[in-house]
Amino acid sequence: MAKVELARHLCVLFPQLAGEELQVEASTVAEVVSGLEARAPGFAFYVCDERGRLRTHVNIFVGEVRVSDRRRLTDPVMSDSRVLIMQALSGG
Amino acid sequence: MADQILVGTRKGTFLVQKTGGAWRPRLVGHAGVCCNYAAGDPHTGTLWAALGFGHWGAKLSRSDDNGETWHDASQVKYPTDARYLGHPMPDETGELAATVLRDATLLKLWALAFGPGGQIYVGTIPGGLFMSKDNGDSFQLNRPLWNHESRGGDLANGRGVLDTHWFGTPASEGEFAPGLHSILVHPQDPQRLYVAISTAGVLESPDGGQTWLNRNKGLINDYLPNPEAEWGHDAHCIALCPGDPDHVWQQSHNGVFYSADGTATWKRVSQPQQGVHFGFPIAVHESQGGTAWVVPGKADTERMTIGGGLFVARTQDGGRTWEDLRAGLPQQNAYDVVLRHALGYDRGRLAFGSTTGNLFVSEDSGATWSTAANHLPPIYSVRFA
Repeated sequence: MAKVELARHLCVLFPQLAGEELQVEASTVAEVVSGLEARAPGFAFYVCDERGRLRTHVNIFVGEVRVSDRRRLTDPVMSDSRVLIMQALSGG
Repeated sequence: MADQILVGTRKGTFLVQKTGGAWRPRLVGHAGVCCNYAAGDPHTGTLWAALGFGHWGAKLSRSDDNGETWHDASQVKYPTDARYLGHPMPDETGELAATVLRDATLLKLWALAFGPGGQIYVGTIPGGLFMSKDNGDSFQLNRPLWNHESRGGDLANGRGVLDTHWFGTPASEGEFAPGLHSILVHPQDPQRLYVAISTAGVLESPDGGQTWLNRNKGLINDYLPNPEAEWGHDAHCIALCPGDPDHVWQQSHNGVFYSADGTATWKRVSQPQQGVHFGFPIAVHESQGGTAWVVPGKADTERMTIGGGLFVARTQDGGRTWEDLRAGLPQQNAYDVVLRHALGYDRGRLAFGSTTGNLFVSEDSGATWSTAANHLPPIYSVRFA
């Protein structure tokens, strides 16, 4: 189960994802997002656009590596991966 | 009569109510979030806000308790087959790429309008109109307008033409895409709709959005080789007279225009020597079709008040003559800019707000003004609700 950490603002917008450590069964970043969508309907449209593309001013890291496939989020996620989803400085 | 004013700002949504003889604003929602447009549905009482998060994108929000609490509404989303023709900027070498076919994604929620029977209309950037028939439980892209021949036709199915007469708006934030900013529902025939797009012009649908007709005859664009071209007009805002809806007004990039025949033809009624020409918003009297208000800016090349004095201009004769309305408005060192949705009107009362965070209200058709607030965030929309 990947461990997921969200930017504080996302926890404010989706309080059902705040608090306990988030763990999601996923083998790709896209599956992490869809797993969170299942728990918090509407979440995916905050992080991605209608076509599932990562929004311009959002970053997702797997460990310390920023995702490379921003179009389909196919970057692999391991069972012990740490996935961070946060806003980019560029969108401030 | 609406007794409160809904104000959308760069940093949240405000409700302004009259208490103790004064209009007082209160932040009611979306603190820190850009609210491009906020309005109340007169048929249901629901309040709506078109938000724009810098990171998380455009989101529609609603309140069913007069602004006390807000929650995400059903969201406006472009279908995955929706495409449009964009105009990229010159690249670093100075090369100007040809028109590019883009996958549509929601860039901005820009305007809202409401019709009877659960109809809600949403104007967006990159230029699509979304419609709901169920009080906002769901929204669908209006395909006939999206696939209009003037912007290339049905680009999703490959039958279109890679040629568009729709150009962009600087309000599109990062991409020069068209923006649908005005939606009018005919008060006597709700199937009859008008929309205005920066930068294409005005279109009318006589049948609830199934067909759309060019309504740019008489418009003048001083920045086109042919100023009276069929398309490419930068309407900033259009508004109609509810009691006499053949009277429609337009504040354009190229002046103030007036139609007395339901947008079939337009006539420029600017009075540049009085400062009435450039600006963004426009408002119309509820029953006197020849009475309208604008908030003049000096020029498109100098988008500021004229001489540091803020004023509203009013005509009562279809634009033949205009009068300055300045009582109670700052006349020195006032550099307020009033954007296209930031002038509201409701039966003799007006309110407008500026990008410098000042909000002014008049209860006598603009003859005198009071200051309702200073220091608000930049104001994007003002609507009586």
